[in-house]
Amino acid sequence: MIITKQKDIEEIYDMIKPYSKILVAGCDGCCQPPRSINEAKVLAQMLELKARSEGKELKWKAITVLRQCDDRIAATTLRPFIEEYDAIVSLACGLGVGMLNRIIPTILTFPAQNSMFGGVENNSENYFAEYCETCGECLLGVTGGICPMAGCAKNLSNGPCGGQVEGKCEVGGYIHDCAWVKIWERLKKFNRLDLFTNYRPPRNYRIWSSPRFIHIYESSSNIEEKKKEENV
Amino acid sequence: MPKRPAYSNLVKVIRDGKFVITGELEPEKDYDIGHVLHSAEEMKKTGKIIAANVTDGPQGDAYTCSMVPCYLVQEKVGLEAIWQMTVRDRNRIALFGDILGGAILGLKNLLALTGDHTALGDHQRARPVYDLDSTQLIDLVSKMVDDGTDLEGNEIRGGRPQLNVGCAANPNSNPREPEILKVGRKVEVGADFIQTQTSFDVDDAKEFLKELERFNTPVLLGLFPIKNYGIAWYFNENIPGVSVPKEFLTALKKAEKDNKGNKQAKYDAIDKVNLEFYVPFIKEIKKTTKAAGIHCMAVHYERLFQPLLKDL
Repeated sequence: MIITKQKDIEEIYDMIKPYSKILVAGCDGCCQPPRSINEAKVLAQMLELKARSEGKELKWKAITVLRQCDDRIAATTLRPFIEEYDAIVSLACGLGVGMLNRIIPTILTFPAQNSMFGGVENNSENYFAEYCETCGECLLGVTGGICPMAGCAKNLSNGPCGGQVEGKCEVGGYIHDCAWVKIWERLKKFNRLDLFTNYRPPRNYRIWSSPRFIHIYESSSNIEEKKKEENV
Repeated sequence: MPKRPAYSNLVKVIRDGKFVITGELEPEKDYDIGHVLHSAEEMKKTGKIIAANVTDGPQGDAYTCSMVPCYLVQEKVGLEAIWQMTVRDRNRIALFGDILGGAILGLKNLLALTGDHTALGDHQRARPVYDLDSTQLIDLVSKMVDDGTDLEGNEIRGGRPQLNVGCAANPNSNPREPEILKVGRKVEVGADFIQTQTSFDVDDAKEFLKELERFNTPVLLGLFPIKNYGIAWYFNENIPGVSVPKEFLTALKKAEKDNKGNKQAKYDAIDKVNLEFYVPFIKEIKKTTKAAGIHCMAVHYERLFQPLLKDL
């Protein structure tokens, strides 16, 4: 899931200040914590209050979308409303905001959230943790299933660094686990320290360079390769 | 992997079997690096310190670069530099360019480090780079020095840079096994020598050195003589995994308290505390271990060099 954090109300209000009719759109997709119809209503009311404190009237409607990052779902859900409003505030992650801006070219969609990371929810300890940086070169098979890109502050391929103390990371005050100590523990447990001691050469950041595209029906080839083929 | 030639005097002397001493120089946020050169001169005067590390933005702070002070220390003072290079601030292209530039300037030793994270320094909002890690940096240096190429195999024109490369090891690491295995990787990709973080515990240091013996690579054990109680306290509280022995801390505090108002007496008392702690420590390491030498990190504590090293 995409872990998000709502922006300060002042920042959101500054973005929509020039508009008097806004559509606030929640998202029922993977964004966490949930930002659905209730959250959309609360945000709209807060923006209305803020506007009123400045002597302005703000007309709003709150809705929610099954998944804002799906072009067909988002377009079908929003199309009946867009004529009446002059801006959209999206409570989705950056994917949703980008999608709405693409499929609704007549008005602007503003983000109410900061997208933080691709993570998982740990309910018993009440936190979200980053698990994947979508780097395009998955190392989980040689690291006991623990990602050194998402889990290590220095993204080391050959850790740990000298900044771990009793398995905790120097970044953030020795609270977070050192991913490489965890990787070592896990590989040791499964008698696979051979994987730990192997040297991993420099990574290929070419495949991590934005913007990235993959063809839906040809997932193994990227656009550049396709272009090359076409040129041939 | 077969040993590469000893390009630096440091590696030559180590391979001759002499017990070597290296020092440490720290350029800070300086336009004037006179203090670095002064300290290097004091090191040279001892006749014992044969090379000095020059740090690269320790604690993640934005400091004067390492390369230029390294060059000036060699050129103006005649002391060989050990050029510390972290992977925190430069990608592989910049690292390659700098290494080649430093080699042109005559730098002979490079110590490959990960570097303290930007989040610990004075520019916490900076983007950390870490394109390579320290092991991969050693791999890069090996390719440049041994094969005469960059990481992609493109040839360097006009010959190969001549450098020896070192790596770091942390005797304070806990758990220790992943640290040892990591050092093994670094040796495998071409580290010529190992310098360790500071140790305050002679038995623990001996055990660590024993574990490193399997790599058949010279180790310089890091020691940190401390010139006042404040530094000792800071070190104890802030440096990962390091604990200054209580007796050492108390003795420093007492030395300062008993000699308040008399600067010279205070200096003498503090030096005495350090000498009583480190002279037997170094002797024990020299006598009972296979350590190739000591890396003495007494930054800005030049007056201790002579008495500390005179009997070595």
